[in-house]
This record gives sequence, structure tokens and C-alpha cells, in this order.
Amino acid sequence: MTELMRDSLDHCVKCTICETFCPFSQVTPLFPGPKFVGPQGERYRKSGDSPDASVDYCSGCGICTQVCPHDVKIAEINSQARAQLWEERGIPLRNQLIARPSVLGRLGTPVAPLANWTLQARPLRHLSHSLLGIHRDAPMPRFAGRTFQRWARSHRSPSTDRSVVYFHGCGTNYYEPGVGEMVVAVLEHNGYNVIVPRQDCCGLPLQSNGNFPTARKYVRRLVANLAPYARQGLPIVSNSTSCGLMLKREADEILGVEGGFLETVSQATYDLCEFLLLMHERGELRTDLRPLPMTVPYHAPCQQRGHGIGKPALDLLALIPELQVIELDADCCGIAGTYGLKKEKYEISMAVGERLFRGVRDSGADVAACDSETCRWQITHGTGVFSVHPVELLYRSYGLDWPPAAG
Amino acid sequence: MSHDTIVIGAGLAGLTAALRLADEGQRVLVVARGVGATHLAPPTIDVLGFADERVESPAEALSGFSAAHPGHPYGRLSPEVVSAGIEWFKARLPALGYQGGLEENLLLPTAVGAAKPSAVVPETMNGGDLRAGGRFVFVGLRLKDFYPAYLAENLTQSGQVEARAIDLDPPPADDGGTLGLARRFEQSSFRDWVARELSRRVGQNERVGFPAVLGRQSAGDVWRELESRLERPVFEVATLPPSVPGIRLFEAMASALRQAGGRLLIGQPVIGAEAGNSRVEGVIVQEAARPKTYRARSFVLASGGLAAGGIRVDSYGKVSEAVFDLPLAGLPEANGRPPFRPTYLDEQPLDRVGVAVDDALRPTDLEGAPRFENLHAAGAALAGAVPWREASGNGLSLATGYAAAGSILEAAR
Repeated sequence: MTELMRDSLDHCVKCTICETFCPFSQVTPLFPGPKFVGPQGERYRKSGDSPDASVDYCSGCGICTQVCPHDVKIAEINSQARAQLWEERGIPLRNQLIARPSVLGRLGTPVAPLANWTLQARPLRHLSHSLLGIHRDAPMPRFAGRTFQRWARSHRSPSTDRSVVYFHGCGTNYYEPGVGEMVVAVLEHNGYNVIVPRQDCCGLPLQSNGNFPTARKYVRRLVANLAPYARQGLPIVSNSTSCGLMLKREADEILGVEGGFLETVSQATYDLCEFLLLMHERGELRTDLRPLPMTVPYHAPCQQRGHGIGKPALDLLALIPELQVIELDADCCGIAGTYGLKKEKYEISMAVGERLFRGVRDSGADVAACDSETCRWQITHGTGVFSVHPVELLYRSYGLDWPPAAG
Repeated sequence: MSHDTIVIGAGLAGLTAALRLADEGQRVLVVARGVGATHLAPPTIDVLGFADERVESPAEALSGFSAAHPGHPYGRLSPEVVSAGIEWFKARLPALGYQGGLEENLLLPTAVGAAKPSAVVPETMNGGDLRAGGRFVFVGLRLKDFYPAYLAENLTQSGQVEARAIDLDPPPADDGGTLGLARRFEQSSFRDWVARELSRRVGQNERVGFPAVLGRQSAGDVWRELESRLERPVFEVATLPPSVPGIRLFEAMASALRQAGGRLLIGQPVIGAEAGNSRVEGVIVQEAARPKTYRARSFVLASGGLAAGGIRVDSYGKVSEAVFDLPLAGLPEANGRPPFRPTYLDEQPLDRVGVAVDDALRPTDLEGAPRFENLHAAGAALAGAVPWREASGNGLSLATGYAAAGSILEAAR
């Protein structure tokens, strides 16, 4: 598959459409653009011979591949080039650390108050800024102090004739278990028995940070955990758009993982909003939705658009009476997973996000909606506006928050 | 989710059809493999620039041209529809301030100093009309592929106007291309510098031409400011790709479409269709994990010609339409010769290949009957035109996109 990605660069006619869309090269000279480091630079890359370190300033958002009219896999080529670069140079400690959310989660969860204090305390942020290279102002999530997995083990999902497998990802497990509970509640409200298998990181942050060998190990393990369900024909849903995309496309197209039922798992995987909208198209989604008289700006994250499914959240949210949704037309929030956490990239990330932040601020809304967790944290960081997954609006509109759960 | 109309292709033809339909309350989805030629080409609406000779008035030339070129898409459109499309376009995108009409072509200088006929042009390019004669000055900004001295000398040699060049040396910047310059023109400090440098050097009665980089989001304001500060007509000259004014056109149309409730799905190829004998039921879109069929009552094929991949040639020389495998018109007779002539600028055997259509712009079979009753085609996928020779590209895309939407609206009534 890697070779297929490389071959696609023969289709590049150097039209530069990708460069007109790249949100990163528009705000920093450190990234000279997807065509320049991709189809052009690739000609000079052989193993052990990276011509140019600027490819590290590509965030991997994938917009270049989406807009290319000739199907050149620009972002995929650049991800592979970035991995080659770091293989040659050795991956710095910081990148190894922030690329392992499940390791951090297991360490931080039991000592959440202390860990959260560490992540917010200014002197310590200054210290990790200078020592580790994690920017002192970057949006760091707070450990919930409990895991979604633990909640799921004590939760009894009603037994029905329809089951769905929930792949929640690390963000939900360690930082936003409440979102996972809402996902389960909405699926159960719609007649599903929800199975939550044991699961670990999908390897995406490792892939973004250029550690392909370890990323492959993670994704193979995840696929092995999910494969028995996929082989029974059960659908797998994910509310993490980027982790879902890893299973659907990137493990194959970027990491070159083969076999181990990856294809079976890939074809069984659905983004949560995609899954709910498909239910609605079959007439199976409950529409006992109460009015939510509010205005919510919606941002479809880059990795969500990589699914190629349009913006199902817009159609779902349109079902909620009195809810006004504004579709934001900015392409990227700038965070790109771990990119915007890095000392040397934080300013770039905030400059990329500015157009989106302006759209959110101009809407005057108190709440914004966005499917991806790191993008939500970035939106809140950049605007002060609280950001939720679209499922939270459905959850409230279904009245599943009533009576409010304790804590 | 079922749609009223699905448009394949996000170039000018597809976006025009989609926007007109969405304005009429239709649920519209645009699916495109990638972004189209708007980002590469000038945004001028060239309706007909050259027939046997240079065309001065498209309104007068169109009917004779259609009669002389059977099978040309203009033969399927009344001049009233072409004109209505232009008026709709001008009114629908007021921020771009398009000027002109079918009555007379403007003559705009190109980056190499040729004079190109265009019917309708953005307000930022309108001042470059060479028919006014007089004195022109072209400003260089160290932009590669834009050499004002070359431009000016070629124009002067043509005898129409007197032209000269001024080369400005902007403070070094990281991105000296068209996008980088467009960003700089959106900074007031850069505009101050340009206006200061130029005010000393431009002559009393000179029109001032810049490469088309006067801002990406706020070009109208930048252009007006420069006109008032220089106290002379200012205009943009189209550059080599990427085309900043073309990007403005795409962004204005995409944003208007979104606000009208239309949906854009860019990045996913349409890999096939589900169709019965007489109707298209759906198109199959390749998503990340699996194909998905999108259904609609009507479809518009605006997937472009050979350059965009709407029409394909394989390595055996076999030519086909990519989505519906429609019958093609304008194919050269198979005689064993390669389908290319050795001289690049000659008329090529495949130049006019595309889908033939009826008066409702529905692709037809070889007998002239519509292949599907609910499939329409627009833009460069159509057979019979050689837009780069006729200077008719955007004109055809706008007119056929507008007319395809009109046929769909009529059928729905």
C-alpha cells in the first residue's frame, strides 16, 4: 500500500490547488506547502536521505488530499516522509510522551487532582515548556479521575435483539467519560445493546509523531480486540473521528498494516453521527426530541471530513426542534491532535485556528459543537466558548439528562 | 438522506447549477473528487471571444456561431438563457462586483501582453479594458511568472495602447507567490508601502495594472483603496496558477451554496451509478471504509473534460465518460493513428470529445434520444466546444450550469 501511495504522486500535475487550501503553509513559512514537501520533495527521498526537515511542520490534517482533483495522496505521502525523518533522527522524548495517551491516562487517572494541578500550575507549565518543549499555554485536557471503561464494566446495557460495539478511544476513557456515557445512553435509547470491549490506543498519536513501528503494534492490538465482533457482523461505532479514521483508512493507507482482519474491522466501523444518520435514513432513529432553543456553531474537524461521509451531524442536529445550527466554513482548528501542544508549533496552531475562533465568537453562542475531542479543547482554548460533541445535544434533546445524574 | 438534485463536480458549472437549485429550495448535494479549475483559471466569464475572427459582441455573434458549429453546446441554448445566466450570476455574487454583459466584449491584457476578449469581469479587472486606448503602466512585485516589462512591450507592439512597466522591490517575504502577495495586500502597512512607492512614479493619465493578487478575502476593499490613493484607475491582470481571483470566485460560490442550505462533499470520487433503463437512481461515492449510494430525483454531470478526468483516455487510447459510461460524441474515427497530433497548438483529434445533449441538456445516445430522463450535463464534459480556442470556457460553464438547473426546475413543476 505504501508503494501505491507513492505511485499516486505520478498523477500530480503541480496545479497547486493543495497549496491554496493548506491551512498551515498560509500562516507559517516553516511549512512550505503540501505540494512542495510532498510530490516535489518525494523525488529526492530515499531511505536514509531526507532532503528537508520542513515536512515535520505538516500537521497531517489531510485537507490537501481531499481537495486534490487528481487523487494524489499528498497527506499520506507526507506522513510517511515525516516518519522517515524521525526514524533517521530519533524521536525526542516529548513526542514519545504525548503520543501515548493511554500510558499517560493510566498514570494520571489514579492521581487526577495532583496530575491536573501539575498540568495547570503556571510554574510547572513553564518548566515543562523549557525542559520538555510542551508549550506553556497549550490546551491540556484534565484527567477525569475515573475511566469510562470502569463505568462500562459496572453498567448493564439492556439486552435487545440489536447490538453495537462501542470504540470510545482514549479521550473518552481518561478525559471525557461523561461523553461516553451519553453515547451509550443515546444508542440504548434507540434500542441497541451496547458492547464495550476492552481497548487501548489506536496508535494515531504515534503515527502523527513519526513512530510507525509502535503505532502499528497499537493498531494491530486494537484490531485484534475488535475483530471478533466485526466477524459476527456487528457494527463498531466511534465518537472519536480521528481514531475511527485510523481504523477505516489510515492503518492501511499510511501505516501499511495488512491482515489480522483489519479490512473486516475497517468495513464495520462507523462514525457515531454517520451511524445515527444511517439509522434515521432507515426510519429507525427515535425522534422524540424536545426543543433546544439555542444557536450552536458547528465545526466539522479535518479528520471527520477524511471519512468522506459529508457532515451527518448537521442532518442529525436539524432534527432537534428550535435548535439553530451555524455551519462554520473554516477548515481547521490548528491543534491536529498533538501538533499544537508543541513549543515550536503552538503559535502556528493558534494562527491556523484564528478563522474558526472568529466564526465561533461572532456567532455569539455559549456552546459550540464539534466531533473531535482535541479540536473541542482547542476551540474552547481559543474562544472561551464551551464545546460539545453533537451527541451531547441529542442526549439533552432526548431528555436523557433528566433527572440529572448525580455528579 | 435523499436529495432533490445531486451535482457531480465543484467547478463553475457544478456550483452554478447547485446554487441556482438551492436558491429555489431544492435539497442539493455537490460531490466532487477534488476542487476544480476555478483555482487555476482567471475568473472572467468569457462567453465567446473568437469565432472566425475576434468577436466584438457575443450577443450578435452567438446565433451565427451556433449555426456554423453543429454540435456545439451553444447550439442547445437560446441567447436569452445565456444572458439570463449572466444576469443571475452578477446579481447573486454582488460582493465580486462583476461588470459587463453580452453586448460587447472587453479586451483584457493577459500576463504575456496578449489582448483577451471577455464578456463579464470582476470589478477588480474591469479597468484593464484596452479598448479605451491610452497609457497603461504595469506594476511588478518580483512575482515569478509575471514580468511587467514583457507584458508592456508586447502590448505596445500590438499598437493598441502605450504601456510601460514599473518594478517594485517589496521587502523580502517568505512566500513571494500569488497567495503570499495576496496576504500581504491585506495588511495596511504593505498597501501603504505600495501606494507610497507608486505615487511618485505613475504618470498623470496612466491606468495602473497589478498582477491579480490584491487580497484573497477583501479584494474589493483593497482595490478601491488603491484606486482612491493613486487617484487613477487600478486593475488586476490574471496570473499563472494559482489564480487568486479564481479562488475568490470559488469561495464566494461555496459560501453562498452553504448559506442556501446546499451541501458540498469534496474529496470523494463518484465511482459509479445505479440506474434503470430510463432513470438514474443514485450515484455511488467511495467513502473511507466503503462505498455509499446517494439517491436523488435529478442529477447534474459537471465533472469536467479530459483535463479534470470527467472524460478519460486509457493507455490504449480508449475514451470514456467516467461515471455513467455515457456514449461520447466528437470521437475521431478509429484508424490506428495515435489520437494526438505532433504540434501542441494544432487542433487535436480529441479536442471536441464529450457528451452530446438534447435541448434540456440531457446526455443523448448516438440517435439523439436522452439516455436518462433525469440526468443533465454541464460544463467541460459537453462535446463540441474548444473553449481555449474560442475563449468560451467560463461562459459555457455558467450558461450550461444555469440552463441545466432551469431544465430540472421545469421538470419538477
